[in-house]
Amino acid sequence: MTDLTKLTIADALTGLTNKDFTATELTQAHIDQAEVKKNLNVFITATPEKALAQASDSDARYQSGTAKALDGIPLGIKDLFCTNGTRTTAGSKILENFIPQYESSVTQKLVDDGSVFLGKTNLDEFAMGSSNTTSFFGNVINPWKSTANPSVDYVPGGSSGGSAAAVAAGIAMGATGTDTGGSIRQPASFCGIVGVKPTYGRCSRFGTIAFASSLDQAGVFARTVEDSAILLRSIAGHDVKDSTSVKMDVPDFASAITGDVKGLRIGIPKEYRMDGMPEEIQNIWNKGAEWLKAEGAEIVDISLPHTKYALAAYYIIAPAEASSNLSRYDGVRYGLRVDGDGIDETYSKTRGAGFGDEVKRRIMTGAYVLSAGYYDAYYIKAQKVRRLIRDDFTKAYEKCDVILTPTAPSGAFPIGENEDDPIKMYLNDIFTVPTSIAGLPGISIPAGLDKSGLPLGLQLIGKAWDEETLFKTADVIEKAACFETLGTTIKKVA
Amino acid sequence: MDQKTVARVAHLARLEISQEQQETLVGQLSSIIGFVEQLSEVNTDNVKPLASVVDAALPLRKDEVTDGQKKEAILANSPEQNEDFFVVTKIVE
Repeated sequence: MTDLTKLTIADALTGLTNKDFTATELTQAHIDQAEVKKNLNVFITATPEKALAQASDSDARYQSGTAKALDGIPLGIKDLFCTNGTRTTAGSKILENFIPQYESSVTQKLVDDGSVFLGKTNLDEFAMGSSNTTSFFGNVINPWKSTANPSVDYVPGGSSGGSAAAVAAGIAMGATGTDTGGSIRQPASFCGIVGVKPTYGRCSRFGTIAFASSLDQAGVFARTVEDSAILLRSIAGHDVKDSTSVKMDVPDFASAITGDVKGLRIGIPKEYRMDGMPEEIQNIWNKGAEWLKAEGAEIVDISLPHTKYALAAYYIIAPAEASSNLSRYDGVRYGLRVDGDGIDETYSKTRGAGFGDEVKRRIMTGAYVLSAGYYDAYYIKAQKVRRLIRDDFTKAYEKCDVILTPTAPSGAFPIGENEDDPIKMYLNDIFTVPTSIAGLPGISIPAGLDKSGLPLGLQLIGKAWDEETLFKTADVIEKAACFETLGTTIKKVA
Repeated sequence: MDQKTVARVAHLARLEISQEQQETLVGQLSSIIGFVEQLSEVNTDNVKPLASVVDAALPLRKDEVTDGQKKEAILANSPEQNEDFFVVTKIVE
């Protein structure tokens, strides 16, 4: 029998429908793979019993001919999505024992479509980080090894590092993630898989533990562009429980993959050509443009003049929103409580003991920029710059249909690197943050390897609500790149 | 940014931070604030702040009860409870 952990979701759905294998066999193969790859630490809470029970229900539906869109597909769920009855920690000590009594809308949709949940995947604490080294539950290890340092463990990127590593290692066929400034696209790039952050408002945020509400958006990981399109269709859609989810029809994203990019205008923003950018990043970016040109797309030079300021605006807006969102962890209604002398001391001790260093740093930054006397100078200023950044994109889309950039300024780095200097770590998101600030959809596609054999991704940024052009263009890059993911053999020939 | 400021902000955020951590934070927050200061270069005269990228106005709905009777679920994760109440530290002297 074929190795079930190397299939694409599209092929697995065909195999299940044709009864080549059962959902139980498919799920068991992934549970076994998780055991083999346990050292990667991708799960905070693995749920094999739940997965096998769901798989058995899927098998019954395949038998009776009532199978649903994702029936029997084993997935990883970022431990930021509340799952009814299954512990949800946000990677934090403060929620170490939190068992939600309700289901997030995104995971409910995946349940409704028949998918199987293998477990809750590891992440940076409260999704704050770019390396998955801030989790209370330990680091996640990238399944890729560097040819230069084969004995060294590399970061999977973050914050959705557990989801990305699980999909890359064949532990899960796909996974959910959340992206506030790059938390899906950057780990997808580091782990050599596809990661999609849709338009802000495309997916419901109900039941997703909040980091920065005006930026947070759910999305997906998969090993192929088509698989990511299949998964996104399942989780997208308006939800009355989230007033910022938008009433828009959800297209069949996969059917946008036609291979035809003739005449499509691909924007290359000159401001993304950063000083000191490694040559291999520039090279892979050039290649991406050449691949699209060879298929008949038109390459257009564009300008996004305020790009330089996006990261600074982000590091005001995101911590400010985080500091107010995280004020709910007060030790009263849920989560850790450390008693002190009086209510203020109880709050301080609880939060001091429950949050890790990076989360404290961001709460402090946020509380500072929101404090009396600084609010206008920092927070309002950042919101004004946010408008300028969004206007840059609006103007650019008069000249082009989709924008091509590198996903990250480097490949994965060894665990422990960039830890001493928060700014250095924040620079990882320099190419992904502007998209988040503007609320636009973005996708990272594995495109090649760096000099030590680690994956590099290319990012496509779309117009709001135009994920279809992203998938269509990403598919052409995927086929041209002939990237060998660790698990899945992609059919290379169009 | 000095240790006094760090201590004041930590109090505003109700975060217990050790003396040693406060010293580390003076340097780290200075560098973060120094980094975001570059926004002052940008001319934002006559630019309106952008709070939300969703262009649609927030939808309104009827003010009616659609949910409820979930006392047990609401109390299920509380660190301390007594009958149907959350137990908190004494606030009123």
